[in-house]
Amino acid sequence: MADGLFKRLKASLTKSRNSISENLNNVFLGYSEIDEDFYEELEERLIMADLGVNATSRIMDRLRERVKAENLTHTSSCREILIEEITGQMAMPPTAYVFLNGRTVLFVIGVNGAGKTTSVGKLAALFKGEGKNVLIAAADTYRAAATEQLVEWANRADVPIITGKEGADPASVIYDAVHAAQARNIDMLIVDTAGRLHNKKNLMEELRKMSRIINKELPFWNQENLIVLDGTTGQNALSQAHEFGDVTRLTGIILTKLDGTAKGGIAIAIVNELSIPVKYIGIGEGINDMTPFDPNAYVRALFDEKDQEEEQHD
Amino acid sequence: MAFESLTDKLTNVFKGLRSKGKLTEEDVRVALKEVKMALLEADVSFKIVKQFINSVSERAVGEEVLTGLNPAQMVIKIVNEELTKLMGEEVTELTLNPGGKMTVIMMCGLQGSGKTTTAAKIAGKVKSKGKSPLLVAGDVYRPAAVDQLKVNAEKVGSEFFSMGTEVSPVTIAKEAIQYAESHHNNVVILDTAGRLQIDETLMQELIDIKNAITIDETLLVVDAMTGQEAVNVAETFNEKIGIDGIVLSKLDGDSRGGAALSARAVTGKPIIFAGMGEKLGDLEPFYPDRMASRILGMGDVLTLIDKAVEAKQEADEEKERQMAAKLKKGSFDFNMYLESMKQMRSMGGLGGILNMLPGVGKISDDQLPDEKELARMEAIVLSMTPRERENPKILTPQRKFRIAKGSGNDISVVNRFIKQFEQAQKMMKQMGGMKRGRHGMGALGGLMGMGGGIPGMGRRGKFF
Ligand SMILES: Nc1nc2c(ncn2[C@@H]2O[C@H](COP(=O)(O)OP(=O)(O)OP(=O)(O)O)[C@@H](O)[C@H]2O)c(=O)[nH]1
Ligand SMILES: [Mg+2]
Repeated sequence: MADGLFKRLKASLTKSRNSISENLNNVFLGYSEIDEDFYEELEERLIMADLGVNATSRIMDRLRERVKAENLTHTSSCREILIEEITGQMAMPPTAYVFLNGRTVLFVIGVNGAGKTTSVGKLAALFKGEGKNVLIAAADTYRAAATEQLVEWANRADVPIITGKEGADPASVIYDAVHAAQARNIDMLIVDTAGRLHNKKNLMEELRKMSRIINKELPFWNQENLIVLDGTTGQNALSQAHEFGDVTRLTGIILTKLDGTAKGGIAIAIVNELSIPVKYIGIGEGINDMTPFDPNAYVRALFDEKDQEEEQHD
Repeated sequence: MAFESLTDKLTNVFKGLRSKGKLTEEDVRVALKEVKMALLEADVSFKIVKQFINSVSERAVGEEVLTGLNPAQMVIKIVNEELTKLMGEEVTELTLNPGGKMTVIMMCGLQGSGKTTTAAKIAGKVKSKGKSPLLVAGDVYRPAAVDQLKVNAEKVGSEFFSMGTEVSPVTIAKEAIQYAESHHNNVVILDTAGRLQIDETLMQELIDIKNAITIDETLLVVDAMTGQEAVNVAETFNEKIGIDGIVLSKLDGDSRGGAALSARAVTGKPIIFAGMGEKLGDLEPFYPDRMASRILGMGDVLTLIDKAVEAKQEADEEKERQMAAKLKKGSFDFNMYLESMKQMRSMGGLGGILNMLPGVGKISDDQLPDEKELARMEAIVLSMTPRERENPKILTPQRKFRIAKGSGNDISVVNRFIKQFEQAQKMMKQMGGMKRGRHGMGALGGLMGMGGGIPGMGRRGKFF
């Protein structure tokens, strides 16, 4: 992650007095010796970061084990261990970004309002900036003015877009887009879809069908199925990842709205439980407010670690 | 999911434990630990959970466990009651100014929370109540937000007002009011852009709008899937902008919706609507009690509790019938006295019982005895042996003396109590001879306290 970005992430973290990083840091400042009170408070802070009860207890169990095994007494070493453990868990599999090297269709899905359309716009700009041939497919034919919204993003990113009429079958947009992508020698086809809650059977089946069409029509392309998760979401995101993962094989997470004070701790729980890597994060509403996920920077920001470079400049 | 096994966990924790008596501190502690986990899994803000658990704990220790429930279930019964209280007990409706007077509503909230859709839904709702809504496009930032509102306005048959995206929302709001006045729209619904509560500039914009026009209802839209952040969002919007109510969106999902509790608890503002789907008709009143059990996520335990409560009610009613029958026969002893005391407490007091007895008229509160006095009487009876209770005749002076010592009362108090009891008994007998009808029942009514019949059941302070 670029340093500038790290700074922005950190800036947003320290903006609010309720910020998680401050809370997490307070625990280490407040205790020097490792004792039950310290553990308890640490546990509370992790839960307050939306990690959830299960992931938190797994992390705490690991921590206690290591403290015991390594005979640690000072809380500062716990901080190191936590950073190490969480960073390790969030680490990218080596194949995470191989799709960037070939022709790829990115299928962007998620619940209503998570930030799919905005992310599609940002991704288009990102790839275009890398010199790729990008095409956007506006397969949200359901929500009012969804197409108009995406057309605006396509204009901003200066990439072509395939649209359908409101109320049309989204599958037909996908067919059109797939054929256009082949004809126009496209590298990256990015498909926006309508938001849907994961407990709506019909809508989820519709998604399964769309995913199949992509698979069938572009057999030699990489297919990246990216679920967009709002960083302020709580434990329900786990259920979202489960259900969306049931209709299409999820290859990554786009974690949005990290410019707020919520830090998307639920993503840690999801990686922990479902092993779906976070691949991109959204940190604002501007077209450049997206970046590949960097576990180190993320966890450092989460724990409010001093940024080396920043310290030098201060 | 973690919470699905919660019921099992609780059942296991309390396996083999007695199901009678009072809740001990340990009972409460163990059960509340599970409740705490459940609430956290439901995304209720940690701070709110902590406060809540503490207050429930205070209330629960020492409470009587209902027959049919184990201590854990009893704690959950209490938790559910308190949770419902905290959620706001009653359905709150959107307040609209009466008649043709204009009501101005402003939507606000985080990005993607559902403001635009909710605005249109509300327009549809007030329209069906005969109002004339005007939807105002105040989101000048998000691409196509204006179009989205416009399409939705058409769908619900609402008038629509926009000045494009080059004008400030404050100006749009002012102009919209003028437009509404001249076009006879009596409900103005102002959509605004989503914003982070830490975004000073955009928060100031909402404050400016509020200063520029009179807003009757500022509604904060909160996504039901929000995590721990909900409390910060609600608190900050309420502090900075001032909100009047909350709309909980996307409740048709499978989230447990703890954000509802956080937002409600931290602002004290009612939740007015629940968004139940993407269709523009999918806006429902918010039912606090349903939400409480959804958040708690212990549907089966709650059903069990309801059943136990019903069973208890039935049993109480049966006992009551038996007592009424005994009263009619004229046999009345100290055991019945004790029983009636117990029932009084569980059945909403003496008034409740008396009112259930046929023929007894309504009793006002000041005619009812004082709880302290009752406790004293109860102590006297509890110091009697079972035989003495059944057969007051055997109460010799020595026995009375023992009872006085045992109950911590002066002998004269015990004597007076027993004397009054005997008088009551006599009256009962007389009454037992009377068959039925107004006459007999009137006597019963007099006996149960108003005439100073049953000791301790007289008017406040009468006995001492
Ligand atoms: N602050 C912030 N806002 C974001 C971010 N990503 C998206 N948003 C905002 O979130 C809101 C919803 O974004 P959309 O991209 O329309 O979300 P969507 O998932 O496409 O929504 P639907 O198609 O309606 O389900 C918009 O107001 C976006 O500007 C982000 O990273 N940070
Ligand atoms: Mg969209």
